[in-house]
Amino acid sequence: MPSANAIPFFPTAGALALRLAPLAPLSFAAARLARSLGRRHPALFKRLGDQTGKTFLLDPTDLPFAFLLSPRPEAPGLKAVRRSSAGSWDARIAGSLAALIGLVHGAYDGDALFFSRDLVIEGDTEAVLALRNAIDNEEIDLARETAALFGPFESVALRPAHGLAALAARWTGVAFKRPERGTWE
Amino acid sequence: MTVGQALELVCPAGTPAALRAAVEAGAHAVYCGFNDETNARNFPGLNFSREEMAEAIAFAHRHGAKVLVALNTFPRAGAFSQWSAAVDDCARFGADAVILADLGLLEDASRRHPGLRLHLSVQAAAANADAINFYVRTFGVKRIVLPRVLTVQEIAAINREIEAETEVFIFGGLCVMAEGRCSLSSYATGKSPNMNGACSPASHVEYREEGGALVSRLGGFAIHRVAAGQPAPYPTLCKGVFEAGDYKGHVFEDPVSLDAAALIPQLAEAGVTALKIEGRQRSRAYTEAVVRSFRRALNDHAAGRPIAAGELRALTEGQQTTAGAYRKTWR
Repeated sequence: MPSANAIPFFPTAGALALRLAPLAPLSFAAARLARSLGRRHPALFKRLGDQTGKTFLLDPTDLPFAFLLSPRPEAPGLKAVRRSSAGSWDARIAGSLAALIGLVHGAYDGDALFFSRDLVIEGDTEAVLALRNAIDNEEIDLARETAALFGPFESVALRPAHGLAALAARWTGVAFKRPERGTWE
Repeated sequence: MTVGQALELVCPAGTPAALRAAVEAGAHAVYCGFNDETNARNFPGLNFSREEMAEAIAFAHRHGAKVLVALNTFPRAGAFSQWSAAVDDCARFGADAVILADLGLLEDASRRHPGLRLHLSVQAAAANADAINFYVRTFGVKRIVLPRVLTVQEIAAINREIEAETEVFIFGGLCVMAEGRCSLSSYATGKSPNMNGACSPASHVEYREEGGALVSRLGGFAIHRVAAGQPAPYPTLCKGVFEAGDYKGHVFEDPVSLDAAALIPQLAEAGVTALKIEGRQRSRAYTEAVVRSFRRALNDHAAGRPIAAGELRALTEGQQTTAGAYRKTWR
């Protein structure tokens, strides 16, 4: 497992540039990703149980915006928001973008990031734990999920998506792909 | 058992994904539980449905690993059938053992499922040979998970006087109390770790950033205020900071974790059969890293090579480790 001390931060210049970027295109892509994830991973909702009615603020602290996640089984939603206009939420999960992506990919342990203060949670702790455990069990691969957005061309898109993720991971140190573990011996 | 002989590595899994990670990382056995009050890690989003448990046991068996199912809470009055049915399901799914703590459940399981291997949970807090021999003779218990209050010498003494295997914790979170007898969390939350299955239930935990400090509350009571940059502990009362007279600090226990990797040879020499890793509430990343590290350590021990220790500190509560009661020293 990569050391929590080595978690990279999003470049400041890039974050500054993103302050001016419109969020609508990002929200459009995020919403599609959330709907696709919901279709492809229905067990997420079962593991979330009563917490599917909650709203989560996913807050990459090194970016000038955050995401509001509403994991409703009938219509899962994910949209980009400015922090000043995020509205109400039940639980906030905050950390660098790399930490949040690494959690999804199982590169980091959530408790270890909490101990080291690389991850901050606020609000409904029960909802946060349920979401963390539900995502951890699904072994999500964001490159694969992105390729799935191409519908019938998923298999064509998968190879370049994985290639890009591997390249980006090498360049940035961010866990854009799931760690390769291999079996014992 | 003598130095160099193989020890069994018993690893935690809170989800089917973590179980697969543990098996692939070299676990000899995995312990896990159902997603209800029958197990002492009854946390939101964690644990196994009946269907998942059956599939997990089949997966582990295909890969040569065992599955031990923890039914290690104490049945609530009037709800015994829930625990009893869980034992039935474990027998039906082919679990390699059930880990029980309650006397009534042990009696029920030993009578109705004589072929089902019984392990005594750490929750039973059996800490001397007489207590252990009672469980062994009365219910046919095959293995005892020893409480984390014993020295290596005490473990050796117990092993000389019992006819059962012993399993000891080697890594992970520590409880200050004799397990199964702690009610600290119940006072603050009204929920019992021993009967409802969750110490510091998440529904009663609140974190808030206040001026850079992390403030943790349990049941409305502030239990820590950790300055920026300092390691955060779990929100348990036993690791809280309180004022008592002129003293202000960790009244019960410091937030540190057990890491007894360096004591593997001594534990083997003391006659221990299996080493247990704590952490069913942790992610598959933790499971994979810790299991792989300890499997390597056990192989090194079996081959007579030196054991690397301390490489997992970043994963631990408080970012500090201790050998716990195994090596008692005066403070």
